[in-house]
Amino acid sequence: MKCFSRYLPYLFRPPSTILSSTCHTEADIISTVEFNSSGELLATGDKGGRVVVFQREQESKSQPQRRGEYNVYSTFQSHEPEFDYLKSLEIEEKINKIKWLPQQNAAYFLLSTNDKTVKLWKISERDKRPEGYNLKDEDGRIRNPSTITSLRVPVLQPMDLMVEATARRVFSNAHTYHINSISVNSDLQTFISTDDLRVNLWNLEITDRSFNIVDIKPANMEELTEVITSAEFHPQHCHTFAYSSSKGSIRLCDMRQAALCDKHCKYFEEPEDPSTRSFFSEIISSISDVKFSHNGRYLMTRDYLTVKVWDLQMENKPLETYQVHDYLRGKLCSLYENDCIFDKFECVWNGSDSVIMTGSYNNFFRMFDRNTKRDVTLEASRENSKPRAILKPRKVCVGGKRRKDEISVDSLDFSKKILHTTWHPHENIIAVAATNNLYIFQDKEETVNL
Amino acid sequence: MINTMECAVDAQSLISISLMKIHNSRTQRGGIKLHKNLLVSYVLRNARQVYIKEKYAEIYRMQQYEEVMTVCNEIQQLNPLELDAEDADDEEQARAACCGEDVSLCGSACHRDAAHTRTASALPGCSHLEYDGKEPEPSFYRSCCMEASPVSECDQFSANGRAHCNKTTVLDLDTHVVTTVENGYLHQDCCCDALQCGQGAQSPAKKRKVEFACCVSDVEELSDFTAARKRVKREDCSYTHPDYTDTSNISNLISIFGSGFSGLLSRQTDLEQICSKQVLASLGAWTRAIVAF
Repeated sequence: MKCFSRYLPYLFRPPSTILSSTCHTEADIISTVEFNSSGELLATGDKGGRVVVFQREQESKSQPQRRGEYNVYSTFQSHEPEFDYLKSLEIEEKINKIKWLPQQNAAYFLLSTNDKTVKLWKISERDKRPEGYNLKDEDGRIRNPSTITSLRVPVLQPMDLMVEATARRVFSNAHTYHINSISVNSDLQTFISTDDLRVNLWNLEITDRSFNIVDIKPANMEELTEVITSAEFHPQHCHTFAYSSSKGSIRLCDMRQAALCDKHCKYFEEPEDPSTRSFFSEIISSISDVKFSHNGRYLMTRDYLTVKVWDLQMENKPLETYQVHDYLRGKLCSLYENDCIFDKFECVWNGSDSVIMTGSYNNFFRMFDRNTKRDVTLEASRENSKPRAILKPRKVCVGGKRRKDEISVDSLDFSKKILHTTWHPHENIIAVAATNNLYIFQDKEETVNL
Repeated sequence: MINTMECAVDAQSLISISLMKIHNSRTQRGGIKLHKNLLVSYVLRNARQVYIKEKYAEIYRMQQYEEVMTVCNEIQQLNPLELDAEDADDEEQARAACCGEDVSLCGSACHRDAAHTRTASALPGCSHLEYDGKEPEPSFYRSCCMEASPVSECDQFSANGRAHCNKTTVLDLDTHVVTTVENGYLHQDCCCDALQCGQGAQSPAKKRKVEFACCVSDVEELSDFTAARKRVKREDCSYTHPDYTDTSNISNLISIFGSGFSGLLSRQTDLEQICSKQVLASLGAWTRAIVAF
C-alpha cells in the first residue's frame, strides 16, 4: 500500500472570512470535488453555490519542491438560491455535482448542477486585450465622434492573465424532483441528469429540450417503494448507462433497445441477509454512489456501511465487498436520531482500478487495495499531519482493550465526515473534502522518484 | 421479519422520532426530500410491525388469562355454594370488555364463542357488528399495502394448536372504527386517496354509531354498554406503555397527518386524543400520504 503524505499544505478557505476549522458558515461546506480528465484541474462546489477551480502548477526546475501544487485558478458563483413561486419552495443553490468535459480546445468546460438546474460553464484565459479603440478611450469613456480625425486599428496587447468563467448553457425546467447526479457521455455530445424518479438525456447544444429515458414514478405515488439515487454513463459505450436505487439495486440500461429505458438489460442485486435485518435495513442498503471503473468492466457501489465491486457479467452478487465502518452497525439507532444514517458517501476508483477509496466519519477515509486485499484508514486533519509528512494509518477500536493509538467508536466525531473524494486520473493524488476544508494528498513514493 | 429483540418501547420511540423527522422536513430548506422521507417511512413501517406484534402478543396473553378465568368460573358456578352475584356481574363486564377490544386477535373460536354467549345480552349491537360476516362491506375497508408477514407469525398467536386464525371484524367501542383482522394480522384498509383516509375512518365509524344506537333499545342494556365502554378504556390504557405521553404525542402528530398536509394548519388548534392503538393501526394510510406528495 502506497504511503500518502500531505505534500501540499493547501487548505481551502474562503479568503474573505477568517474562521477556525471548528467554526464555519454553512455556505462554505464543500459539496462536491472532481478532477478533470487530465488531472490538471480540480473543481470544488460548495453549499453556497460557488465553484472554485484549482490548477496544478507546472513543474519548474528552479523550484522542484513545489512540483504539482494546486492553486486557485478560478472562482465563480455558479448557482443562486431561487424560489419556485408555484410550489412555494426554495431551491437551494448548493452544488450537488460537477462533471468536467474533456478538453477540446484552449478553454475548459464543466457542468455544474444544483437541485433543479444544470449549467455549462466555460473557463477560459485571457492574457491579451485589444487597445486603441476609435470610439472609446483607454478608460472606456465614449469619445465624441466629432473629435475623431483619424481611424486606427485596435491591436492586442498583453495583459495580466485573467481567468473568466461564463455560463454558456443553462439546462432548466426538466426536473420535478431533486437532481442527484449528472454524467457526461463518452460521445461528448450528450449528458444525463438524474433526479429521484427520472433520468433525462440532454444534448449539450440544446437547452430547451431533453429526453426522458427512465421514469420510475408509479401511477399512484402511494405505491412508491424506491427512488433513483445515482446514474452514470459507461466510460466507453455511449449507449450504456447504469443507475442505482434506494433499494440497493443497480440497473444497466442500453439506449439502443428502446427510447424509454424503463426495462433494464441487467439487474444487479445481492439478496438481503435475513440475519442482519433491523429497523434500518432499508436505509443502510440504499446506494449513495455508483461509479464505473475506468476500464468499463466493473461497477462500484457505496451504501452506508460497505463498498461493493460488481462485475458487469455477474448480476446476482458483487465480486467484492469491503466493510467501511462495520462498527457502526450497533449504533444505527443513534445515527438515525442524529440523521447521520442519511449521509451519502461517495466512492472513487484510482486510475488503474486497483484501489478504491471512500470516506467515513471523524475525517477518516478508507482505501482498499483490490489486489493485495489490504486496506488503510487515514485521517484528513491539520493537527495530525505536517507538510510532506507521511499520513499515519488510523485504527478504530471496536471492543475490548483500546491500544494507544486507536480511537474508540464512542469517541468518533460524527460531525466530521468525508463524503466527497476524488482521485487523479493518472497519478496517485487524491483530493478529500472535509466539511469546509480541502485536503490534497500525494503519494510520497512518487516524489522520492523524482 | 425484524430479527431484533427490541421491545415495543423502542419501536414506539422510533415511530415518534420518525414522525418528527417527517414533520420537520416540511420546513427544511430546499423542499421536502423524497428519498429521505421514503427511507423514514420504511423505518416507520418496520417499527410499526414490531410494535403491533408486541401488542398482539400482550393482548393475546391477557385474553388467554381471561379464558382461563372463564373456565375457572364455569367450574365454580357448578358449585352454587361459592357463587357471588356481584362477582358474576364483574366477570360479565370483563368479558364484554374483551369483546369490545379495538383490536381483536385471532383468538380461538372456542374463546369467541364463550365471550359471545356471555355478552350477547349485554351488548346486542356489538355482537351484531363484531361477528357480522367474514366479508365486510367495501366501504368500511381501507386497503393497506402492508406486506403479509410470514405464516410463522400467525402460528405464534394461535397457541396450543387451537383453531386456525381467521378473519374477524371488530368495532372499537371508543372510537367506533371498524377493524378487520385476518389471520392474526391487522388488516386496516385505506382508500386510494390518502387525504380521504382520515375522513374515511370517520365516516364508517359514524355509520356504525347510528346502527348501534338503533340496536340498543333497552335502557338497562345501554347502561351495561356504558360500563363496558369504560372498562374498555381503562384496560386499554393499561395495555399501553406506561410512558403514555410519548404515545399521545404520536397520536397528535398522526391526527395532523391523517387530515392531509392541507389540514395541517387548520388542525393545529383542534387536536384529538386518539387511542394509540387505533392510530398505529392506521399507519399504512398516512405513511403513504407522506410519500405521496
